[in-house]
Amino acid sequence: MSDRILELKDLHTHFFTDSGEIPAVDGVSIKVHKGEVVGIVGESGSGKSVTSLSIMQLIPSPPGKIVSGEIDFKGENLAVASEKRMKKLRGNEISMIFQEPMTSLDPLFTIGNQLIEAIRLHQKITKKEARKKAINMLKLVGIPRADEVVNDYPHQLSGGMRQRVMIAMAMSCDPELLIADEPTTALDVTIQAQILDLMRSLNEKENTAILLITHDLGVVAEICDRVVVMYAGQVVEEGTMREILKDPQHPYSQGLINSLPKIHEKEQKLYSIPGVVPKPKMGRVGCNFAPRCEFAFERCFHENPDLYPLGNSRQSRCFLQDDGEGEVKKHAKADIGG
Amino acid sequence: MQKPILEVDGLKKYYDIKGGPLGRKVGEVKAVDDVSFMVMEGEILGIVGESGCGKSTTGKSILRLIEPTEGKVIFEDKDITNLKSEEMRKLRKDMQIIFQDPYASLNPRHTVEKIVGEPLLVHGMKSAKERQERVKELLEIVGLSPYHAKRYPHQFSGGQRQRIGIARALANNPKLIICDEPVSALDVSIQSQILNLMEELRDEFNLTYIFIAHDLSVVKHISDRIGVMYLGRMVELTDKDKLYDDPKHPYTQALLSAVPLPDPDLRKERLILTGDVPSPANPPSGCAFRTRCPHAMDICKEVRPEFYPVEDNHFVACHLYK
Repeated sequence: MSDRILELKDLHTHFFTDSGEIPAVDGVSIKVHKGEVVGIVGESGSGKSVTSLSIMQLIPSPPGKIVSGEIDFKGENLAVASEKRMKKLRGNEISMIFQEPMTSLDPLFTIGNQLIEAIRLHQKITKKEARKKAINMLKLVGIPRADEVVNDYPHQLSGGMRQRVMIAMAMSCDPELLIADEPTTALDVTIQAQILDLMRSLNEKENTAILLITHDLGVVAEICDRVVVMYAGQVVEEGTMREILKDPQHPYSQGLINSLPKIHEKEQKLYSIPGVVPKPKMGRVGCNFAPRCEFAFERCFHENPDLYPLGNSRQSRCFLQDDGEGEVKKHAKADIGG
Repeated sequence: MQKPILEVDGLKKYYDIKGGPLGRKVGEVKAVDDVSFMVMEGEILGIVGESGCGKSTTGKSILRLIEPTEGKVIFEDKDITNLKSEEMRKLRKDMQIIFQDPYASLNPRHTVEKIVGEPLLVHGMKSAKERQERVKELLEIVGLSPYHAKRYPHQFSGGQRQRIGIARALANNPKLIICDEPVSALDVSIQSQILNLMEELRDEFNLTYIFIAHDLSVVKHISDRIGVMYLGRMVELTDKDKLYDDPKHPYTQALLSAVPLPDPDLRKERLILTGDVPSPANPPSGCAFRTRCPHAMDICKEVRPEFYPVEDNHFVACHLYK
């Protein structure tokens, strides 16, 4: 798996506000390989969306700024790329779809207009050819009566259809990487199933790598190969989808999975993580999760844990994984089992 | 537990569509179209469905926050559909509601004390001191601290705000609480805190809930019985385990199979529905689901299926089981 197309190296994106500097993304490293679906999971305020916007250089600036780190896209560092270069890349080699299909389309232009604009911006083809291509893209994403819909305005379409149009637009220039920020959160379950199905088939057919940002672990199980769990601006755990969902190592991932009501089990009481997600702030000492963690000990409050490698590109940011804390680890494991 | 606290009979809510130069009625949206069910004392009845299926309208019509077009709502053997607003106001002491958006349902200019204390004042607790005491007590019940009483809503997180909303609903010891998507705006780790709190409160104060949500795993977790709605109609209603183990209506089957499960070993055959929910302004003739139904027959086009029990305690509206 050396065909890496995207690698974030120790990315720091901070916001400079009146009330001080906020490290929304605090040293994030993520790799995405060709044709792979990587999920970034976290709750609100974990920095997952800011990470994805940083890749596209879409952070509102000011107040936001990438202060350090590298965004390596096929050997090119996007963190320092010019706006002109980014315009070339966006929509062409890297595309993005957003959560709100209602607000991401211009209400004053027809679907066709918007698709053709995107296609012609990046490809030197005539309007006629672009229109043909637009209709083909709409067919590809499963829109019925594509040759009529192309003349419709966004308000004439339902939420699911609009999200399909967004995907058609994102895919129209055969990007190598598709960043999907909560693509199905605003949709109903039966429509969500359709969209996930579509994304999976595009990934298989076109071999497009997908970076999927979501808070829904169910969506992760449906589509992701590898998962990165984020908490308060940092990666706390990384592993394959199966590893994370079936055998989470970090106490936060464990808590997150245990808090979900399970449809196939009868349980009396839900597990819940006490407290709330902290706001990121500068110069913090100790593990971000320590105040809510049931396994926290002395060291967690005084030292910042590193990501401990657990083999096979699996890692967890927790002192329980440190060899020196083996005793505690065993103890903790026994607790979870019981 | 077998005594019904609430009976909804043939509830309808139609909205007129006005159009033309004279603003005449040109059609109607059937937001809720002939829904009937019963809620037993002490139970949690879940109502699930996708957006636009009429589940929230049903909830609000029961409290008459939305005036129903037709049908009867019977609360504790008393028909409340034609009560005058003054009588209705008194009755709302026993029926409360918790809203989805904890950011929009609390007045930003009032302190928590005022927000939670207002229903007490309205229902006759005149002494400010008594109210203060009760507010403190309520805040403790929902897991906040008494010193929070002097703060404003913006000083709280989403989960804490939802706790304030719950405290307000509990203020007058209601019997029935309608929970309209109470956890869908919350993060997973906060969601489980609120769900646990609601269950504890139910046991402690012997409450009855109507729990409206779109998340099937949440509804399954908290409810005793579940009703599934589609396009303004109730299509299936039964015990939660029966519904999940043996769904009868094709829509329920599709809905259940569409839920993404956070466990790779539980992957199953999916029934992916084609198309979107039709417009409630122009619903299909006969069965509302027939345009997306894999089992649609000729009769589905002509006759609207009745909502009747196919088994004990298992109501379905589908011609397949006639």
